[in-house]
Amino acid sequence: MVERRFVIEAEAQRRFSVRREALVSAAILEREQRAIFERCWIYLGHGSEIKAPGDFRTRRIAGRPILFCRGTDGIVRAFFNSCRHRGAMVCAAREGNARGFMCVYHGWNYGNDGTLNGVPGEEAYGPDFDKRQFGLVAVPRLEQYRDFYFLNLDRDAPSLEPYLAGAKEYIDLVVDQSPSGRMEIVAGTQEYDIKANWKLLAENSVDDYHLPVTHSTWLDYMKSAGVDTRPKQEAGVLLPTKGIGKDLGNGHLAIDNPNFRGRPVARWISIYGEEAKTDIAAIRAELVERLGEARAARVADTNRNLVIFPNLVINDGSSVTVRTFFPDGPERMQVRAWALGPIEETEAQRARRLDAFLTFYGPGGFATPDDIAVLELMQQGLAAWREVPWTELARGLHRGGNHLNTDEEHLRVFWRRWSELVEGPL
Amino acid sequence: MSALRAEVEELLFHEAELLDAWKLREWLLLLTEDARYLVPPNDRPEADHRSTLFTIADDRARIEARVNRLLDRNCHAEYPPSRTRRLIANVRVAEDGGTVLASANFIVHRFRRHEGVRQYVGQYRYRLRRERGSLRIAERRAILDAEELGSLGSVSFIL
Repeated sequence: MVERRFVIEAEAQRRFSVRREALVSAAILEREQRAIFERCWIYLGHGSEIKAPGDFRTRRIAGRPILFCRGTDGIVRAFFNSCRHRGAMVCAAREGNARGFMCVYHGWNYGNDGTLNGVPGEEAYGPDFDKRQFGLVAVPRLEQYRDFYFLNLDRDAPSLEPYLAGAKEYIDLVVDQSPSGRMEIVAGTQEYDIKANWKLLAENSVDDYHLPVTHSTWLDYMKSAGVDTRPKQEAGVLLPTKGIGKDLGNGHLAIDNPNFRGRPVARWISIYGEEAKTDIAAIRAELVERLGEARAARVADTNRNLVIFPNLVINDGSSVTVRTFFPDGPERMQVRAWALGPIEETEAQRARRLDAFLTFYGPGGFATPDDIAVLELMQQGLAAWREVPWTELARGLHRGGNHLNTDEEHLRVFWRRWSELVEGPL
Repeated sequence: MSALRAEVEELLFHEAELLDAWKLREWLLLLTEDARYLVPPNDRPEADHRSTLFTIADDRARIEARVNRLLDRNCHAEYPPSRTRRLIANVRVAEDGGTVLASANFIVHRFRRHEGVRQYVGQYRYRLRRERGSLRIAERRAILDAEELGSLGSVSFIL
């Protein structure tokens, strides 16, 4: 019997099809939890979110309660937020600074390095009870690249850096915005649900084909603010500039586009106001001096949307967005998004970055709400998956060499990796 | 009831009626030329939009652009427009020089086809200024009580 696969690639027929059942099925989600979320490096947080010794954040990552903290000794750790006694979370606060954490059920208490410091009535456990055996359990693997911390639930996974593969170069381009090479997450978290399968947001985050249609009101806004949004006069190019879609290895992908929509790092547009011109020129001069003309142009004059498989998106465009999302059942996801900026930014530069962020991004922005609407329309439409079983992702499949940002080659990169992990190699 | 509170309540009730009826261009007439519309992030309800990522931080130009967008049928998040009904209570007023500071509790119920009701609960904080004889809105800040937007989804309508 022929194996029933979910991703089918038939190059001769120029077809690339995904069985829609993969976007609605609880059984598939269960397979994804084992094959993807328990095997891949999953973004946890940024070092700047726990700057000072004792700082902590609590998060739910791949369904697990995680305590992300910097010990009094300065070391960054991540623990399962679950008391070794009977399982309660030892920290209920969203964030804070603490020397330790106490379970409010029976009072077992732990240092911010995870050590079990105290057990009320310890003698009742007998003379052989060894508190050293009952510290908070650390996540199996925790590694960082340029202050982006990832965890892995698979103790035997290869290290983070080879996992990131070609995505490292794109993280470097983000971090190069900072004179000291240090970026920080700005305060303020956007947390919202989308009633759609989680994979649809991975696709949407790098899908430039949809931009002229879904985001026509955003393009209208940019145009009315004086930005040139005319499509480039070249066959197949739908946007004001011609960008490419890239395979970065291990399922990571990016779109890499010459900028037309402005960049708080060093590409002025009218929306920023005349008074910002000299300031942005100064940011640019610093980039050129530090990085050279070519690299400065690469940092400032391109915008890049990056997907690090499976669920981290870094959009380095009209601002820098860091966005992660987890399935909450097959037909809902929970999204968390932040703004990232250089630590050296002045108050005015930071305000400009945040303002630029909101022109497009976030649940109150001029574009993201329409993405949410479209993803929810997709999920509603996918209810007909038994009768309309296939999703078509063949755009640009015939093209050799560089793929356009409006092709779907980079989406196929995601799905090929998904298939390899969930269904096994062909 | 003080005359000022009555006047503020009248303004807030009028505004609520215009917003629920999607009479957004008429709503713009209630705003000053330098008006701001702010929705702070759920985890930093008291923050400053210049240093914190907000959900919405519009100046007057952006408010007008938002209204243009919302009235365009290509605004997919709000086409067809959400049906909303807002209830306003606990209106408090104070005067600070030429500015009237007002606060009010709100519940905005939002209905869309194929979706359950979404309830946005929180507090409005207004800075009002008297212009050409009537109070106008110089700043309206809608602070949500929810710990995260979560199932509220996006804030694509005027909250």
